[in-house]
Amino acid sequence: MTANIARWPGAELGSKDLENGKVTTQRYRPDAKFAWSAGEAMSRFLAELQQGRLIARECKNCGRILFPPRMFCEECFRPTDEWVYVKDTGTIETYSISYLDTDARRITEPILVGVVSVDGASPKMGIMHYFGEMATGEIRIGMKVQAKWRPAESRVGSVLDIEYFRPLHGVDR
Amino acid sequence: MRVGIVGVGVTPFRPTTPEFSWKELMYDGAQRSYADAGIDPRSDVGSFITCAEDYYEGFGIFDEFTPDQLGAVLRPMHTVGGDGIQGLANAVMQIRSGLADVVVVESHSKASDILTFTGIVAHGLDPIWNKPLGGHPNYVAGLEMDAFLRGSGNRSEDCAAVVAANRQTALLNPIAAYGARVTKEQAAKSPALWAPLRQLDASTLADGCVVLVVAGEAAARKMRSEPVWIEGIGWASDSPSLETRDWVAPAYATLAAEMAYRLAKVRDPARSFDLAEVDDKFSYKELQHLEALRLARKGHAGKMARSGDLAAGGKLPTNVSGGSLGCGNVLEASGLHRVAEAALQLRGEAGRLQLDGVRRAVVQSWRGLPSASGGVAVLGVGR
Amino acid sequence: MRKVAVVGAGMTLFRRRLQETGKELSFEATRMALDQAKMEIGDVDAVVHGTAPDAFDGVHMKGEYLLDGSGGTRKPYMRVFTGGGTGVFSAIAGYWHVASGLADVALVVNEEKMSSCQPHPQSVFAHIWDPILDRPLKPNLVWIFAMEMNRYMTVHNIPYEDIARVAVKNKRNAVGHPCAQLADPKITLEDVMNSEIMAWPVRRLDISPPSDGAAAVVLASEEVVKKRKLRDQAAWIKGVGWCIDSTMWTDRDLYFPEYVARAAKMAYRQAKIDRPKQQIDFAEPYDPFDYKELHHLEGLGLADRGKAGLMTREGVTERDGKLPVCPSGGLLGVGNPIAATLGIKIGELYWQLTGQAGKRQIPNEVHTGVCQAWGDLMQYGSVVVMGA
Repeated sequence: MTANIARWPGAELGSKDLENGKVTTQRYRPDAKFAWSAGEAMSRFLAELQQGRLIARECKNCGRILFPPRMFCEECFRPTDEWVYVKDTGTIETYSISYLDTDARRITEPILVGVVSVDGASPKMGIMHYFGEMATGEIRIGMKVQAKWRPAESRVGSVLDIEYFRPLHGVDR
Repeated sequence: MRVGIVGVGVTPFRPTTPEFSWKELMYDGAQRSYADAGIDPRSDVGSFITCAEDYYEGFGIFDEFTPDQLGAVLRPMHTVGGDGIQGLANAVMQIRSGLADVVVVESHSKASDILTFTGIVAHGLDPIWNKPLGGHPNYVAGLEMDAFLRGSGNRSEDCAAVVAANRQTALLNPIAAYGARVTKEQAAKSPALWAPLRQLDASTLADGCVVLVVAGEAAARKMRSEPVWIEGIGWASDSPSLETRDWVAPAYATLAAEMAYRLAKVRDPARSFDLAEVDDKFSYKELQHLEALRLARKGHAGKMARSGDLAAGGKLPTNVSGGSLGCGNVLEASGLHRVAEAALQLRGEAGRLQLDGVRRAVVQSWRGLPSASGGVAVLGVGR
Repeated sequence: MRKVAVVGAGMTLFRRRLQETGKELSFEATRMALDQAKMEIGDVDAVVHGTAPDAFDGVHMKGEYLLDGSGGTRKPYMRVFTGGGTGVFSAIAGYWHVASGLADVALVVNEEKMSSCQPHPQSVFAHIWDPILDRPLKPNLVWIFAMEMNRYMTVHNIPYEDIARVAVKNKRNAVGHPCAQLADPKITLEDVMNSEIMAWPVRRLDISPPSDGAAAVVLASEEVVKKRKLRDQAAWIKGVGWCIDSTMWTDRDLYFPEYVARAAKMAYRQAKIDRPKQQIDFAEPYDPFDYKELHHLEGLGLADRGKAGLMTREGVTERDGKLPVCPSGGLLGVGNPIAATLGIKIGELYWQLTGQAGKRQIPNEVHTGVCQAWGDLMQYGSVVVMGA
């Protein structure tokens, strides 16, 4: 009965209370390391990235070109059928201009990041990536973009083999 | 309302499965189970449940990564931070509540993705009382084994007999990862790394996936002429603190069994079952659990192991699947795996492991170190 | 199916950092809920626990670790986890414990101690991503919500002011909440709109804070309610629904939360609600960001698509409006200890429906409320409808 309860438990601490030793603390860093098996779909996907190509899987039942690729169609619940190359061009579906890094620390030079649906895959199928070679005032939803690949010799089989997506001029929708 | 198991899918357990991602492993298990039940998960299932712990998977929120490979996209689905039998209990409750007719329960281990399993287990210890002590966390099992043997009167040779029996019977189980002709003598002489616990007393990790399809009575009868009925199910936890839990008679197992027996109307457990599958992540745990479930009198489980009472054809065949010692420790999937093994026995489909006349079985799970939690299921056919 | 009621609720303060351990927070909330329900732990048949990533508290299998504080020792104890959806989902699991007949009284306890995690609770969110597709980009969680907000605003052409108004409303509503972390009676629209940009379009005051806290509710069967004469303090669970969308969030159009719509449909069917706008008196949708309240109102069928912002502008969702939304102050005003938001979702429905909400009591008489939580990679919806 919120109206009748006099005491709500909880003793608030400020960061000073920790720094000044008002409370004791116990520090522990877990030893937790993992190496995920990429599996069939992602192994091929990564190998193709290293070659500078994007690949998808087709489900012949629903006709969708699934990107990123998977060995099963989650809609039809059956194995997918074929490997299909898709283009390294696409459309910005959404984006953010971030002044925060991974640990929520503020940064001054913003990161442009968003979702690109790739040409050749079924509608809306894409990946998250960075954007470059565009001003913060320039980026917008619907913008056509193309992958900026790292040089072949420095690609390792990672989504970072694409440095970022940059404007694809002349074919804007 | 009765709830029946209508689909069983188990992937072969292996020390490592580099060819599959965790998603592809789960898809493999799901396909097997859906084919067994003859269902389409996209149209025939009311709810999906997966049983997983984040640190075993290497994710902050593993729930995110579960639906697609089970056919659960845009369907009711949730994660149980617990063992497969606890997941099965949720399925039973959903069906009894009328929230779903058909429920899929999944659990798996992709332990080979974990590089620092010891570190993960240690991370489960109390941050103030236990973590600062350091050491390999299997010391907890060593302490418990010591307390159990002293308190119950069982002997460490009996534990070696369990190791030998489970490793050997696993040779008959095509899904087992660690079947081997290990003898009692070998087990008794393996290094006492956490004395009295020896190296071979501990099960070894394996990868694998188990998926069950369960259904309410009416739906189950339509799907299968003889479903395996979940006659009773129970789960419980003892104190999480190592210092205050019961080390001799594990309360989580006793209480879970009481609950399951009450629902299944089991009055004399020692005479009620044709098969027992109980947790044996460590050899002494099999004996400890048999006594907690009142399948063996206090201090007598070891004698049963020694005399062959627990073998196929014995008084109470126990862990004839090979258990965790023989098949491999599949983490949260361990309990669900043993339910699957018991269900196959009850259906008469256990291949070279098949026992004669199995009508009723009891299955028990434990979540592993450093937990004091687990579940019990009573399964039966007929009536 | 057996009828199930909430007969008591409790919660701790929500604060950036509390001195109590996770076990102690769980205990405090549990004790309060039991006191309100006039029960002792011995009266409880089963305990359901809800808590989000283990890495916040810094303990593997933290459901096990927290179980004694939650009253789970030597009881059937179950941890369920659906990311942020756990805030309402654990009560759904509690519901089926009682509705199934396996328990007559079930205790639902949710806890979160985010402050233990160093250097910042956000660090945990580095581990929620796909290891191949997302993690190499070192994403911050705010990024994807900014992307969802941007998509939602752009598709419907919603002005930012209409979204920022939600933050103003909820932080003002929280003034009446004794546990609130960020209540602010004087906050203005300009304050929100001029607060610093975190990840455009998300600004600092669009976001709920990380918090420590715990909450608990006691669920009981109709027989227990009768026998213990708890009818005056009982609010009934009328419908429950839950739904998960695909993991592949970059393959979905983020402008509409289909998973919430499906979960709501499931809950409404059970509650016999076919015209939610007319039949639901107030709502507690999940509001970790201001745009999420609007997004979720549309998913819950309480606003037409793209029109929830307009309702906010017109005052419909104020506490004295036609459809009060987040009268508790929500996550934006009271705080966001992920799973422990149970206390301002299920808890607020309970307190409002039983007339115990004090300063926050909705002036119009309320008979039916809906609450909802949201989680995972923008893919989980859990919905509960409750009635007086």
